[in-house]
Amino acid sequence: MSDHWLVRPRAIRRLWELFIAVLALTVVAGLAIEAHPHFAVERLFGFSALYGFLACAVLILVARGVGLLLKRPDTYYDDDAR
Amino acid sequence: MTLASHPGLWLIAAAALLAVLRGRSRAVVALAAPLVALTLAWRLEAGVHLRAGFLGMELAPFAADALSRLFAVIFSLMAFAGALFALNQPRRLELAAAFLYAGAAIGVTLAGDLVTVFVCWEVMAIGSTLVLWSAATPAAYRASMRYLMVHLCGGMLLFIGVAAHVLQTGTTAFQPMALDGPAHALILAAFLVNAGAWPLSAWLPDAYPEASWSGMVFLSAFTTKTAVYVLLRGFPGTEPLIYVGLAMVFYGIVYALLENDMRRILAYSIVNQVGFMVTGIGIGTEMALNGAAAHAFTHILYKALLLMSAGAVLYATGRRKCTELGGLFRTMPLTAACGIVGALAISSFPLTSGFVSKSMIAQAAGDEHLFVVWLLLAAASAGVFLHAGIKFPWFVFFQKDSGLRPPDPGWNMRAAMVLLAAFCIGLGIWYEPLYGLLPYPVDYAPYTGFHVVAQLQLLLFSGLAFFVMLGWLRRTLTITLDTDWLYRALFPRVVALYGAALERALAAGGARAARAGERLGAYFRRLCGPQGALARTWPAGAMGLGVMGMLLALLLSYYLF
Repeated sequence: MSDHWLVRPRAIRRLWELFIAVLALTVVAGLAIEAHPHFAVERLFGFSALYGFLACAVLILVARGVGLLLKRPDTYYDDDAR
Repeated sequence: MTLASHPGLWLIAAAALLAVLRGRSRAVVALAAPLVALTLAWRLEAGVHLRAGFLGMELAPFAADALSRLFAVIFSLMAFAGALFALNQPRRLELAAAFLYAGAAIGVTLAGDLVTVFVCWEVMAIGSTLVLWSAATPAAYRASMRYLMVHLCGGMLLFIGVAAHVLQTGTTAFQPMALDGPAHALILAAFLVNAGAWPLSAWLPDAYPEASWSGMVFLSAFTTKTAVYVLLRGFPGTEPLIYVGLAMVFYGIVYALLENDMRRILAYSIVNQVGFMVTGIGIGTEMALNGAAAHAFTHILYKALLLMSAGAVLYATGRRKCTELGGLFRTMPLTAACGIVGALAISSFPLTSGFVSKSMIAQAAGDEHLFVVWLLLAAASAGVFLHAGIKFPWFVFFQKDSGLRPPDPGWNMRAAMVLLAAFCIGLGIWYEPLYGLLPYPVDYAPYTGFHVVAQLQLLLFSGLAFFVMLGWLRRTLTITLDTDWLYRALFPRVVALYGAALERALAAGGARAARAGERLGAYFRRLCGPQGALARTWPAGAMGLGVMGMLLALLLSYYLF
């Protein structure tokens, strides 16, 4: 018996294609919409898209850095079970 | 209005009944009491409804205005949804404790004076500790004791602060306070302990995830949001709160990204979300305060929904770690769907409740031209989608196939999840009733084309970042050290080292004392022993000489003095 349709490689490829199409659509939609921003940067084409991606990349990098410093095995506190 | 129309008291009375009732009557009380409370909260009128005197102080234990009504309504609604979800929880203590806890939280929101706030604050600490105890695992017990210590310390700060405030001002009334001295600083610190403000936040991800599958649903709702309420009332526009809030927001994201336990991920994201509210309170304009209050309202619903979804998974599988979960969407489609609705709402997707509330805080930062704050809030919104919006559903319901095939939970748990999911979407579309509950008149339209497109770009490209960088987010069997390391590892180690050193010093000192004692003993033996100087027989002449010496000394002293 085959697994759920959602986990077949074909479906996953389709989902990626759909996702990228939606991404492109949101960026293009920015052109068609009247901007009423608070700050000048918001007028830049695709600002939110770029900013969202970069913010997440930075956050993941910061998390990795913090992880290198502060990660411990999840049994770390088990010996305080007294 | 009288005491009988106080919604919190109804829940506390129900708590007493729930502790003894069984079977059908128990279910009736568990569901009816929150509905009565909800009705009473909805119909609350502004003003002081009860005055009392205590130790010469004038108290107003039952007072209401728009802000307290908003919180009383959401707390009652949450008690109902939580009770529905927890109906099949076999441990009877838990729901009773949760109702005591919820009733006390409503008591805080309807307290017109700081003394009543303090009393309800302490009852909340007890109620929530009892909720933790009813998980009845050794880990939960140890976590609950750490939790209780932190909250009793917070309660002590509050007590000292309130006492000093009453001494200085001569009034107990709970009104906005300026950060102008130790009294108010202590009150603010106590409020921030309960808000889970970094660095006083470690108790939250330490304790909450140890509760039972239903217990954490209650815990997530009341303590931190009561803290948001008292900050809204006591410290609106206190600028340092902007920075405290931003620190909470990013702390929550980074720690949640590193976390493996699904319920600890959601615990960190409570700190993250409360950070948005605290930032709004720090900005302090009407728009910002409305945003913080609205966000507390919507947050309670979607966070409870996320925790119900996680609770259903824990209930069905007994597992909490992302590394042991995955692929559950096959057999738990409803739980997965509700979890995804909650995840979309916490990420502020358009058409969900989070969108109409959180955007008011960003709008307020923009209106005040706080560019850096606005930028950081936008980055944080992207980060919320990253750490909670995708990470939670992805690792629990999708990613790899864990081989687990648990079914969706029973009807009451499904009904509770569907109810909250309906609220998360409903409030995102029909937001006017929520805006009507807010403390200030709302002049804000969330759905402008520009705003919707910008938010979609921000969130969807965060999603892209998640999947592009998935390799770096692989789950490991780790925890991340937090400030609780100080009292869980460092202090015990210092105490152990100090104890060992003290023991050595005592042992060494003891040996020295024994040697000294021996020397002293030898001296006395020489002096008084059988062969000692004083025990020998002396000739009579020696005695005569001694007496003469003494008389001479007497004579001498007589002349001298």
